[in-house]
Amino acid sequence: MLDLIIEKSILILSVFSVTLLIATYLTYTERKVAAFLQDRIGPDRAGPFGIFQPLADAGKMFFKEDFIPAASAKWLFIMGPGIAMFTACMTGAVIPWGTSLNIMGREVSLQIADVNIGILYIMGMVSIGVYGIMIGGWASNNKYSLMGAIRASSQMISYELAMGLSIISIVMMTGSLSLKDIAAGQSGQLFGIPLTTGLDWNVFVQPVGFIIFLVCAFAETNRAPFDLPECESELIGGYHTEYSSMKLGFFLFAEYINMFISSAVISTLYFGGYNFPGIHLLPHNLQAIAGIAALFGKIFFFIFVFMWVRWTLPRFRYDQLMHLGWKILIPLSILNMLVTAGWMTFRNLL
Amino acid sequence: MNTTSSYFPIVMQTLVAGGFVGLVLTLTHLLGPSRKNKTKDANFECGVESDGDARVRFSIKYFMTAILFVLFDVEVIFFYPYAVNFKELGGEGFLAVLMFVSFFLIGFFYVLKKGALEWDK
Repeated sequence: MLDLIIEKSILILSVFSVTLLIATYLTYTERKVAAFLQDRIGPDRAGPFGIFQPLADAGKMFFKEDFIPAASAKWLFIMGPGIAMFTACMTGAVIPWGTSLNIMGREVSLQIADVNIGILYIMGMVSIGVYGIMIGGWASNNKYSLMGAIRASSQMISYELAMGLSIISIVMMTGSLSLKDIAAGQSGQLFGIPLTTGLDWNVFVQPVGFIIFLVCAFAETNRAPFDLPECESELIGGYHTEYSSMKLGFFLFAEYINMFISSAVISTLYFGGYNFPGIHLLPHNLQAIAGIAALFGKIFFFIFVFMWVRWTLPRFRYDQLMHLGWKILIPLSILNMLVTAGWMTFRNLL
Repeated sequence: MNTTSSYFPIVMQTLVAGGFVGLVLTLTHLLGPSRKNKTKDANFECGVESDGDARVRFSIKYFMTAILFVLFDVEVIFFYPYAVNFKELGGEGFLAVLMFVSFFLIGFFYVLKKGALEWDK
């Protein structure tokens, strides 16, 4: 029992600090990627290539005045960013970061918690995240914040439906809700072709499901082209208009953590997680380490896609957003589910 | 591992995440300066007198979306047990789920025809 506590504590603390570090540096990456796409230089003053910029920003967040408007609901105003940050930090718990390490004869799993309802846990945490934005926006007692908050909650719950439906096809193919089983299920050969061991990724059999999931992930993280909750040309800053200091920092930080976790979930569900062709040839411990590297490679690719889209596509209008969510993605994901179920049943009957 | 003990690490994660959030919020509250005055503490202080507060009524469409979400989300949740046991249920299970999906679609079609999802009207 004590071994387990120590092992899990080390794992939790390392995943937690890596998540925070990545989220901090994503702010820098975002500005650099934006600069690259717009043919600018980007931040370059703090340290070589501006790499100390996030540290300066974080320091500023800590020492700014913690402003609470007089007319706001004080406790809810504080709770809003707290909930947003808390749920963002919780979702990483069920993601399998690699296979398992053998340390002095002891198998150490690289997943914090292997619960048998892994996907539902993530969906649940994402749903609680809506409360952070809703409570924060409402408690500000500012019309712009209120507009941003109700827009955000309406958008997030709408896209959650299509997201939930698109995952069902994956669950059907794996027969399990545990992310560990889903990742392990993608280690075989692609369509039985030799030399493709470790390339049996779900994206090749579920391309439609992947596209639906990706679009929903953009909407759930409130990223462009779905960043209507904070669209600055109409709503000043949306739900975080009244926030300052680290409370504002938490809202922005939560967005970057969510982006990181979404990329990890997309990689695990559709792109084989830690699997890559040739992983089965490596010795046990090297397999785990190479697996972590492969997973992070995929995650960084998807994070780049998030940024690429943000600086390429213009923002949707609200009725277009709702139209896409309810009238296109939901019927499409039901159809995708039925085609998957029909095909699998048909194949079993033969 | 399907026991309650597999949730134990999640409890630990909760403590770490909750502790971090609480600590940082308290710390920044103590670190930053605090200068209060009546004008500054006003909501959306921008030089123009604000008109009332934000406890106003907003479009019914947001409530409609929320209610429809609850209905459809419950239906989506019913698909999950089917999906997990998909292989054991076979052809009979597929027919049952086809029936369930058609009920789902009848409801969806009704909502569409009633115009509950028309945002630009």
